[in-house]
Amino acid sequence: MKERGIFNKYNAFWLATILVIFGLLFGLIAAGVINQVYLTVLMGIGINIILAVSLNLIIGLTGQFSLGHAGFMCIGAYAAGVVMKNVSSSVGGVLLGMLIGILISVVVGLLVAGPTLRLRGDYLAIATLGFGEIIRIVILNMNITNGAAGMVLQKVVDWPLIYIMVVLTLVVILNFGRSAPGRACLAIREDEVAAEAMGINTTKYKIMAFVLGAVFASVAGSLYAGCYYVIKPDMFTFNKSIEILVLVVFGGMGSITGSVIAAIVIGFINIFLQSFSDIRMIVYGLALVCIMIFRPGGLLGTKEFSYSALYKKLTSKGASK
Amino acid sequence: MKKLVIALFVFAMLAGCSSNGGGNPAGDGYKIGLHYELTGEVADYGNAELEGSKLAIKLMNQKLGEDKYESVEYDNTSSTTEAVTISTKLVQDGVIGVVGPATSGASAATYQVLDGAGIPVISPSATANNVTQKNPDDENSEVYNSVFRICFEDSYQGAAMAQFAYDTLNAKRVVIYGDSTTDYAKGLTQAFTDQFHKLGGTVVATEYYVAKDTDFNGTLTKIKDMTYDALYIPGYYNEAGLIAKQARAMGIDCPIIGGDGFDSTTLVDLAGATALNDVYFTTAYTTVGASDALQAFIDAYKAEYNKEPGMFAALAFDATNLLMEACEKAGSNNPADIQKVLVDIEFDGITGSFSFDATHTPIKSVLVVELVDGVQASAVSVSPKM
Repeated sequence: MKERGIFNKYNAFWLATILVIFGLLFGLIAAGVINQVYLTVLMGIGINIILAVSLNLIIGLTGQFSLGHAGFMCIGAYAAGVVMKNVSSSVGGVLLGMLIGILISVVVGLLVAGPTLRLRGDYLAIATLGFGEIIRIVILNMNITNGAAGMVLQKVVDWPLIYIMVVLTLVVILNFGRSAPGRACLAIREDEVAAEAMGINTTKYKIMAFVLGAVFASVAGSLYAGCYYVIKPDMFTFNKSIEILVLVVFGGMGSITGSVIAAIVIGFINIFLQSFSDIRMIVYGLALVCIMIFRPGGLLGTKEFSYSALYKKLTSKGASK
Repeated sequence: MKKLVIALFVFAMLAGCSSNGGGNPAGDGYKIGLHYELTGEVADYGNAELEGSKLAIKLMNQKLGEDKYESVEYDNTSSTTEAVTISTKLVQDGVIGVVGPATSGASAATYQVLDGAGIPVISPSATANNVTQKNPDDENSEVYNSVFRICFEDSYQGAAMAQFAYDTLNAKRVVIYGDSTTDYAKGLTQAFTDQFHKLGGTVVATEYYVAKDTDFNGTLTKIKDMTYDALYIPGYYNEAGLIAKQARAMGIDCPIIGGDGFDSTTLVDLAGATALNDVYFTTAYTTVGASDALQAFIDAYKAEYNKEPGMFAALAFDATNLLMEACEKAGSNNPADIQKVLVDIEFDGITGSFSFDATHTPIKSVLVVELVDGVQASAVSVSPKM
């Protein structure tokens, strides 16, 4: 198989797609088609994409069932919140907070991953759930975070920053999935014992995936703090982890494309149901039940959208004609 | 498979567009935004307030003899994220003002959006200290022009109880046993301690529990051996009820005092009527010695919903009436005109008469209610000497 460089037509396609979507959003917002309401929803969707994709890296690609994702989001949100409050309430402040959040997440992620990733299945889920709660309770009892009252912040993050972060997350995680460590993670997901027998240092790769996922959860938290005015410890309970998990399962565990689509679809379902508060949770629950009955693997299963696959499909169809 | 995805996409897009088409940002009509927690953790408060608000609008329309005011209701699902989205939606809807949200967190999340659009927001029950100010950590920070509330602050309530305990109960030494996980309880503890010290009393000890605890015997045993005149429990009825029961069972027979978190029938269910003697709590609303206006509200509420109104319904009723009264006085549906009227209004509501101070918080006295066998027996009005 021949090596592909960075500059090939598929990457050019992707770059074009990124720019076209950005241009489209920019145009629609400037023209007023996307009003303030939809812009807020889109920003929420962007943050959810980052959360879902990063959790999918841990659950879908590596097969480690983590329920502590909200804890890492909490770290990012509070890191950004504290910096915004004490240093500078600006985009720079958010970015600085994001960086600090990433560093803390790496340290905490390593601390959590070391002992817990030796566990499997249910045990791992419960252990990570516990760690997520510990993070939250620590923040709840700190003075700099203003305890249970949470922090009231200025809105400084606008949609382009979120868009850039979403793209960055996707590029990093998709590429990680196709790198050698990523392949090792896939092997661990498929069969941990076999992977170990093949000489893969399973703990090492599991920790790698876990910490990378934690870092992006923290990034999403920082962005959240920068555009949703209020952060409180009770937003980051394990319910939040479950919400993210739902996105991952809905889109398909192991499919990054699926997570993106799930975040978008659920975001729009939510806003559509906003006027029907009575039946909102029922419809939402029903949608999930239907997905699980008709597509137990989630919307996309483990399939990914890629230009190279699309190109091959088109050309092979053209050839068979 | 792809077809399904595309179909879902199209559906989602259509759904988005169809609800977009109805929006009319121009400010015609008299729409009142009701922005409440109808589902989620604090749905009880939100639903009670929604009922109070809708009743207020209905009665006002009856009085005016036309369907002048209409409500635009949204559910913020007790989530601050959703509260932000809904605030932008209410701006889009062209409301004359917003009543809600019920809790301080969701309120803080809506203020920047609505204040930015110059739409008056009146919260019935956002009691957190300084929540009407741009930086709640700093009591001297700028006040949001368009943000008002009709409840007193946590700190005011705590101070009032300290005053009552010192003057009326003649308590010189108090033990505080509070919730360490809520902002509400922390605010109350702080304010009570400060005021009590100022008056010359002693807070013998401050102990903490964690919300959702059920066994308090360990700490209560410790408290039992101290010397004190009253036990202050800043927290909500779920734990306060159990603490009262376990304290009485242990032989702690001093007065038990608390905040408006006691104000629920669940307190009686949990503690049992016999444990609830010599119990006092601060609140904004009581049916003991109801005024004519309050009695009229209670009757109307019972007729409409077939149940007794609580504090939250009454506060929302007042908040909604306040907005409509300001609108009538301004003689305009322009939010900016209504805001100007609100700043200097003298309002006469069922939860008391008040005007706003510089932070748009009402100046009104706190009620202290005494429970006898679990039933509200008497109420006195207390103003802390600041």
